[in-house]
Amino acid sequence: MSISVENTQLKAAKKSGNLRRKTIITIFLCIGVLAFVTIAGTMVSHNDLITDFTSKNLAPSMSHLFGTDWLGRDMLLRTLKGLSMSIYIGIFACFLGMIIATVLGLASATMGKHVDSVITFVVDLFLSVPHLLVIIIICVAVGGGLTGVVIGIAATHWTSMTRIIRAEVKQILTSEYVHVARQMGKSRTYIAAKHIFPHIFPQLLIGFISTFPHALLHEASITFLGFGLSPHEPAIGIILSESMKYLAAGYWWLAVLPGLALLIIVVLFDVLGDNIDKLINPKSMHR
Amino acid sequence: MNEQLKFIGKKVLRLILLLLAVCISTFVLMDLSPVDPMNAYIGGNAMKLTQEKREQIEEHWGLNDPMPVRFVKWGKSLLKGDFGTSLIYKRPVLEIIKEKFSASLVLMLIAWTLSGLLGYFLAMISGAYQGTLLDKGIKGYCYVLMSMPSFWLCLLLIIVFSVNLGWFPIALGTPIGVLSENVSIWDLAHHIVLPAITLSVIGIASITLHTRQKLVDVMSTDYVLFARARGQSTMSIIKNHGIRNTLMPFITLQFLSFSELFAGTVVAEQVFSYPGLGQATVEAGTKGDIPLLLGIVIFSTIFIFTGNLIADILYAVIDPRIKKGVQL
Repeated sequence: MSISVENTQLKAAKKSGNLRRKTIITIFLCIGVLAFVTIAGTMVSHNDLITDFTSKNLAPSMSHLFGTDWLGRDMLLRTLKGLSMSIYIGIFACFLGMIIATVLGLASATMGKHVDSVITFVVDLFLSVPHLLVIIIICVAVGGGLTGVVIGIAATHWTSMTRIIRAEVKQILTSEYVHVARQMGKSRTYIAAKHIFPHIFPQLLIGFISTFPHALLHEASITFLGFGLSPHEPAIGIILSESMKYLAAGYWWLAVLPGLALLIIVVLFDVLGDNIDKLINPKSMHR
Repeated sequence: MNEQLKFIGKKVLRLILLLLAVCISTFVLMDLSPVDPMNAYIGGNAMKLTQEKREQIEEHWGLNDPMPVRFVKWGKSLLKGDFGTSLIYKRPVLEIIKEKFSASLVLMLIAWTLSGLLGYFLAMISGAYQGTLLDKGIKGYCYVLMSMPSFWLCLLLIIVFSVNLGWFPIALGTPIGVLSENVSIWDLAHHIVLPAITLSVIGIASITLHTRQKLVDVMSTDYVLFARARGQSTMSIIKNHGIRNTLMPFITLQFLSFSELFAGTVVAEQVFSYPGLGQATVEAGTKGDIPLLLGIVIFSTIFIFTGNLIADILYAVIDPRIKKGVQL
């Protein structure tokens, strides 16, 4: 009886493939596509986006997969460039956000009650104003431009991570092995490097990848609304907000296809985050 | 009773603290902004001013005072209910916020109710038939919606329903070329449909996924297993156990979603050129209308806080277990 049960389990495992291997393959596929888009977008130079009135407002075809806009520029190239730009901004802003989260999370967990309550209050403060509004305020304060967008997105994407790190560090500090390490006379830096950091790092990585889609969407929304980047920069939000003027004329591809590309990128990052989480999260690692 | 008073007192204190912090931080941020109040207020004529005149105006407005002094001045007039004058509209900020918010409120209310009802319904179906194709379909739909830029959804709906099908107008809250007295309720309704649908579709995803998860948890408990063993149908289990146990978290979540709702209106109103608070926010931001922007920030903080407060109170009122705890 038990043998047959084991057999069916084995069969099921063989049929679906090793979950771990599947996860790793998915991760590499996602990274591959995202890297391709980013690099391809970076390679697109201004010469490729030259205006060409002989081929303006063309519907999607084999030579122009995404069609062309009212200046005859190829929309596929513009979309790629816009996406890569948005990805760069997103990565940089997310990175900044994670740094803020680490510093504040650590400070909040280790520097005593007063610091803790101040930081908790600041987190609540940021959660009590809509994120989009915070980004708008910061963009106005900085005077627009790339810096405004980056600071704005970084400033709105650290709160949840700070809470996670704070809880995690607090938990680690009260654990047996940290007590033992202290009793054995290990220094604070030793405990931080050997006991706390290895626990925090995977959390940070997962946090980074899972906040990234939000950052990307916020970046797109904020440029769409007309803050931040100047109109001639082909950020994805700007491409879409330009397309709005041509909707009534029936040039649907200007809006639909770049948006679809953005959607796919965001979904890919979501899948990537889920799979990396599966791989490093100790709870599901050995499944 | 005493406990409840304490609870409310604590919340009010918290709101005051939050508002104070929001005011200070936005004031400082706005002070950092390179928008020159002189240029913003006087516009193109600022160039014609003589140096002497300019200094006089600066003195009159107190632009040369240190920041804390200006903040206290601003705060004092704020407490009197004077939010200043909007630079774009040339009218008091409070008046504009009132007017725009009432337009937005209709939109938000429709979207909020619609997304709540639809989201709850979808979650019930999805949770009851967990693991089936239907469930997977609903879940997949929600995941895609979550990763969709909201403004793109607006554009898609415009392309399909306004441009191709021609069912709804492309933009604005009222028909073009009609005096505001002649605008009928039907016209208003006709213009609000598409923005409201967009907003509610955006809101559905998270509410459905969360409520579904709750229902799945309920369905895997021992008492549901026992009910099944007694021969109860899925429908009656949902009615007796499912709805009772998921309604609370659902309502809380719905009231906590005010923040996303507000952000959603900013985007949707911008795309549909719907004359509400969201559009005013964007305009104030892009044109450097600082008094209006400050007013909106304060107002939205209160708005979101109200949502959270209602969620807290409902928790205490509806859930018999928590209610008992409060009275003890």
